[in-house]
Amino acid sequence: MPSPTITTLLEGHRSQPHQLIEALQDVQKHYGYISEDSMRSISDELGVSLMEVYSVASFYKAFSLQPRGKNIIAVCTGTACHVRGAKMVLNQAISQIGAEPGEISKDGLFTIEHVNCLGACALGPVVTENESVHHHMDPGKLRKLIKSLKKGDKEGASHV
Amino acid sequence: MSKSRLKTIKDLAPLRNSLIKEREKLRATIVICGGTGCQASRSLAVIDEVKKQLAKHKLKKSVNVRTTGCHGFCEQGPVMVIEPDEIFYCHVSPDDAAEIVTKTIRDGEIIERLLYTDPVSGKTIKTESEIPFYLAQDRYLLAQNRQVNPCSIEDYIAIGGYSALAKTLFELPPESVVKEIVNSELRGRGGGGFPTGRKWAECREAPGDEKYVICNADEGDPGAYMDRCVLEGNPHLVLEGMMIGAWAVGARKGYVYVRNEYPLAVKHIQLAVEQARKLGILGENIFGSPFSFDVDIARGGGAFVCGESTALMASLEGKVGEPRPKDVHTVVDGLWHKPTTLNNVETWANVPSIIKNGSSWFASKGAKGSKGTKILALTGHIKNTGLVEVEMGKSINDVVFGIGGGATNGKAIKAVQTGGPSGGCLPVEKFDLPVDFDALADAGSMVGSGGMVVMDESTCMVDVAKYFLTFLQDESCGKCVPCRLGIDRMLEIVTEISEGRGTSDHIELLEDLGDTMSTTSLCGLGKTAANPVLSTLRYFRDEYETHINEKKCPAGVCQALITYIIDEEKCTCCGLCKRACPHNAIAGKKKQVHSIDVDLCQKCGICMSECKFDAIQIQ
Repeated sequence: MPSPTITTLLEGHRSQPHQLIEALQDVQKHYGYISEDSMRSISDELGVSLMEVYSVASFYKAFSLQPRGKNIIAVCTGTACHVRGAKMVLNQAISQIGAEPGEISKDGLFTIEHVNCLGACALGPVVTENESVHHHMDPGKLRKLIKSLKKGDKEGASHV
Repeated sequence: MSKSRLKTIKDLAPLRNSLIKEREKLRATIVICGGTGCQASRSLAVIDEVKKQLAKHKLKKSVNVRTTGCHGFCEQGPVMVIEPDEIFYCHVSPDDAAEIVTKTIRDGEIIERLLYTDPVSGKTIKTESEIPFYLAQDRYLLAQNRQVNPCSIEDYIAIGGYSALAKTLFELPPESVVKEIVNSELRGRGGGGFPTGRKWAECREAPGDEKYVICNADEGDPGAYMDRCVLEGNPHLVLEGMMIGAWAVGARKGYVYVRNEYPLAVKHIQLAVEQARKLGILGENIFGSPFSFDVDIARGGGAFVCGESTALMASLEGKVGEPRPKDVHTVVDGLWHKPTTLNNVETWANVPSIIKNGSSWFASKGAKGSKGTKILALTGHIKNTGLVEVEMGKSINDVVFGIGGGATNGKAIKAVQTGGPSGGCLPVEKFDLPVDFDALADAGSMVGSGGMVVMDESTCMVDVAKYFLTFLQDESCGKCVPCRLGIDRMLEIVTEISEGRGTSDHIELLEDLGDTMSTTSLCGLGKTAANPVLSTLRYFRDEYETHINEKKCPAGVCQALITYIIDEEKCTCCGLCKRACPHNAIAGKKKQVHSIDVDLCQKCGICMSECKFDAIQIQ
């Protein structure tokens, strides 16, 4: 039986197979990832086979099939950011958090992601923390950002 | 001001006039960029503070604050323009708000320190139109971003919005609209450069009553963000273009497929659709005409391949975004097997002005075979990064040096990468080439969606090729063998070269593979995947040869071929590098020159970026 929350989430998409991606997006936004149970519920509610739900969920980058950390640090590795040293920023993030991209840190606080382009190319290297955008990043600024997020000092973080 | 449903065409002009009158009453308008770039530089905090200060000084009613989409000059953000005098302030912080309101708005004084300083003359510049960055451009689409709040349909109507739609519905039969677009010689702005008019004509002629129009806003090319800015900054312009297209081809339903990574664009286009529905500009019998049309928004799943039309349509149907062979074109057999016209954001955005001003107006701009203007995203190692709109045919030199202001840090510019992962790298010797579809394609690159990543001498072209292959390996959907395995093999070979294991036959092998992939892959992604490698081989072959023969990376980028050392004379023993090193590879006590343990060093380069004294060098 699907939980009441997921049933509510899927309300607008019921019996509409073409809304599979939208449904997955709503579930991902709510839970932070797509669990096997969620996939089963989506399959039932939308009338799409479980195999198809899995194939779509695993095809698109936007969906994570693993739980993610409380804070999502997305490092842009688009071309403009790459030529300005995004790789260094990504390396710093990985070593600082102690988890590879897509994994969750031991304390459950962080997941790093690398995204292909955030569309703020003029300000690269760009990093987003949850949904706020940080520009002209370098390893030092990233360390400060992570430190302040660890402290839970959101205000400080948004000023990095 | 009447905001009720526009029942007939006659209701549009009075609404526009009343909106204009209301605006004329204002003493000033403070325009603040609220695009993603300026938001990252805290423009929203500036807006809040400006509003607070206006209220404090009882200027709230006579001064309008307009939050707009991107103005293009992202490097200077947050940017502010004060109308009607067009005073341009840059790098504005919330702390400046009080002074701006009291001095500039109330007393009419200019605040010198907030003005833009021209790096060439060293002089400050007062208005936006005098700034060289803007002066050298031909801004038709982007200029509108400053004039409208993207969340206000009234703003769009006040600047003449939806009048092209009205003209279409009451003066131009569908065939005439198609003819206008054909005569304008507009070509697709998303990458392919296919003639838009021909696409529309074929879709119009395709049999079937049910047809669709789609706006491709799945801007996946890394280094290009003009579609985000147009959709984010002027969503009604895109909607109006789609509606004109729908009338022309005979569609009643449209979709905007937008990247989920662009939350602001998603929000603004959703809001625009709701507002247009409320006013009766979307829905049944628009302006009392027989034309009915509606638009749905679909958020993309983050797959680069979905920029390809058949993959995008599969994704809209809720399926895995895999392309299919295009023996029958999507204009005949597209979304749900119905005739479908798909254009990207910038292409749709060009449509209303073509209808308003006539096809000959549009065709009078640009170069032979490449008409109109193109928005370029100028990024990388360059002074003035941002969005630039120029007539097609302008030389790369004019764009990179004229508008972009040349290199940063006194380094020499080496190349420009155009067209994203399907494009190529052009050397500085080729910078006299015009930015037009055919000239860049002949030179082994492409205009693509308009990304221009400028690279200076610190960039290694083998590394750039490796970067794009890594990207494409990740993004290949895996359906066809030449693309899936071809990219894999190419990446293997380029990696060997970058790690010092390259052999003399590798270059020939790469060219051979590239040739096979471009002739046998299923879709555009695979057909063009070898371009970054082939174009760097064409223009920067010596760099590959140095990597292969001398096992050296001339730019000092490829990790396996470099060693980091500390210059003992420059080291001040500050300990910054030691603390920053993620691998504990730097040793040295206080007041003792530091040293790098080559066995522990992972060559990440973080120490070099941290050192304030230039003491860490590459050998």
